[in-house]
Amino acid sequence: MAKIVGGICTSHIPAIGNAIANELFEDEYWKPFFDGYPPVREWLDKVKPDVAIVVYNDHGLNFFLDKMPTFSIGAAPEYRNDDEGWGIPTIPPFPGDPKLSWHIINSLHDEEFDLCTCQEMLVDHGFTVPMSLLWPERGEDQIKTIPFCVNTVQHPVASPKRCLAIGEALGRAIESYPEDTKVVILGTGGLSHQLDGERAGHINKEFDLECMEKIVTDPYHYKDMSIHELVKLAGAQGSEFILWLIMRAAMKTTPKVVHQNYHIPISNTGAGLLCLETTA
Amino acid sequence: MTNTQEPIFGTTFFDGEMAMKGYGLNKMCYSFNKAENREEFLRDEEAYYDKFGLSEAQKEACRKRIVLDMIAEGGNIYYLAKLAGILGLSVQDVGAQMTGKTVEDFKQMLVDAGK
Repeated sequence: MAKIVGGICTSHIPAIGNAIANELFEDEYWKPFFDGYPPVREWLDKVKPDVAIVVYNDHGLNFFLDKMPTFSIGAAPEYRNDDEGWGIPTIPPFPGDPKLSWHIINSLHDEEFDLCTCQEMLVDHGFTVPMSLLWPERGEDQIKTIPFCVNTVQHPVASPKRCLAIGEALGRAIESYPEDTKVVILGTGGLSHQLDGERAGHINKEFDLECMEKIVTDPYHYKDMSIHELVKLAGAQGSEFILWLIMRAAMKTTPKVVHQNYHIPISNTGAGLLCLETTA
Repeated sequence: MTNTQEPIFGTTFFDGEMAMKGYGLNKMCYSFNKAENREEFLRDEEAYYDKFGLSEAQKEACRKRIVLDMIAEGGNIYYLAKLAGILGLSVQDVGAQMTGKTVEDFKQMLVDAGK
């Protein structure tokens, strides 16, 4: 049977894509951020997951406002990256696992979650930046991926309660898959940031640090928080924290923290990283 | 359709009302994913505005490069970022413009948030 071996939360700020392309790993600004990742990559090397389910939000590459699904999932043999318009280099495609995708789609449907299914899906920096941070070297046997995309562009955005519920169902779907597949779930985005309006530049360190703690010990702390309240605390784009909630809810028991890092600022954002290992 | 909750300072909820108001503007910005469209825009901005049916207020906000006005006219920051990219503006440049700060002061504010 398939098993969720762990979960990783990481910010997915687009500037990271450029910093990787320019190899700014030792740069004074970037070093405190990049130094967080080697211990997570060591853990991945040890655990060797077969599939990464990447919970992320599209920022206007695959989806536009003509069709804006709340929850969508890739069901394709591969996922291509493409030009986002402002200069992150495009990177090679990622292999998919359509058989597991359809198992998840059918399982979630049985639990009354109806996903938008995508046999073609362009993946933007929300997906590619975490993948590049965690698997910088991609060989023939590179990890398979399944993009799980959540609308955070247009309100109404799914509530924390809804995200926790779909995360739980995602966890049950994975663990009912009959193949011996090791799955890691990535919850990407966040933490606090706001790009738009007179409140641009809003970062809330206190809230972020609480998120870093509660996502491990008590994710249901956020169950009754409204998106409005989340935006107020975390900033307009800080609502991406719901993606972390989906990841965490898929893990049934309180995980062990393998590694964590938090750094302000990366671009306009409080950047968080957590590597969580499943406990029995 | 409309968000009726208490306003948050300096924050626009991009809801159904704003998404309808800004549809043409955002669609134009979404088109900038393709290099040939970015080039077409740079060749003749006015013609490009008309191609996507921008309102006069949206055109004026774009001509003057005033991001707060673009947002007021229904622009969504994720799509507007693609226009900002053409204009050579980073998210810190845009943030500084919207908050009335210099770019240096805006960056310092971000650094100070970590203290």
